[in-house]
Amino acid sequence: MLSYEDITVGSELPSRDHTATIVQLFMYNAAIWNPHRIHFDHAYATEEEGYDAIVLDGPLQGDWIGQVVTDWIGEDATLVSFGYANRRAAYLGETMTAGGQVEEKNNETKEIKVSLYLKNAQGEVTIPGHAVVRF
Amino acid sequence: MAGLLTPEITAKIGETNPVIHVEVTRRDLQKYAVSTGQRAKKYIDGDEAPPLFHFGYIMEILPPEALRVDGIAEDKLIPPLPLKRIMAGSSNTVFHRAIREGDKLAITRQLNDIYEKEGKTGPLIFVVTEVIVETEDGEPILNETTSLIAR
Repeated sequence: MLSYEDITVGSELPSRDHTATIVQLFMYNAAIWNPHRIHFDHAYATEEEGYDAIVLDGPLQGDWIGQVVTDWIGEDATLVSFGYANRRAAYLGETMTAGGQVEEKNNETKEIKVSLYLKNAQGEVTIPGHAVVRF
Repeated sequence: MAGLLTPEITAKIGETNPVIHVEVTRRDLQKYAVSTGQRAKKYIDGDEAPPLFHFGYIMEILPPEALRVDGIAEDKLIPPLPLKRIMAGSSNTVFHRAIREGDKLAITRQLNDIYEKEGKTGPLIFVVTEVIVETEDGEPILNETTSLIAR
């Protein structure tokens, strides 16, 4: 049970690693109906568009940092807002770490603002994000 | 200011795509949940949608021969821009409530703004679109604002 009173500014949200397989990436792009070839056609992605490998979808990475928040709050709070930005490419086979930190507490509204990140193994943030939850 | 935006381009500001009508099925929710690695039972069971689930609903369903060579459907809302290199953008969503199994949704996508700025390495064009998700009865669900940058 997560309670507003117990949460301190600066504390970390539980992080989680994601390593998408080609099967998972296929399932995701089928689920959202995305036929963009950079997500399943290695030769096209590398030879035609100059990427290092098959590219992970930005919104999939966005979802992973969203899960940092939804797993953290469970049924104890509701999501008010969520945002993310695409900063750099991430590739199939990379292990990405999703995490976040409590930034602000508003005692009047019982809202908490968190910052979120998705990092690659080199520590580079590919997707920064933010969310507000209400208790 | 480079003056890249013609009247033909800026005339598109305020336009909307045809409203997308969709009924949210448990099967669609479950497909999304397993493919994104959700852990919450309500998502895995397909009772409720994770925050970014609606993204798939704005993808146009076209036959392969109607797509560009890269597999993408031409975006009818955003006019051709004089700057061709699209830099990845950002997304910000305000939620009124979560999408749930059985919801009948009306989804509107509109072009909110196109403007240009002088960047460090040359001119940039910013394109701002908004996705409005509500029920067929008009109950607001979420508003997502997306920005793209062309250089």
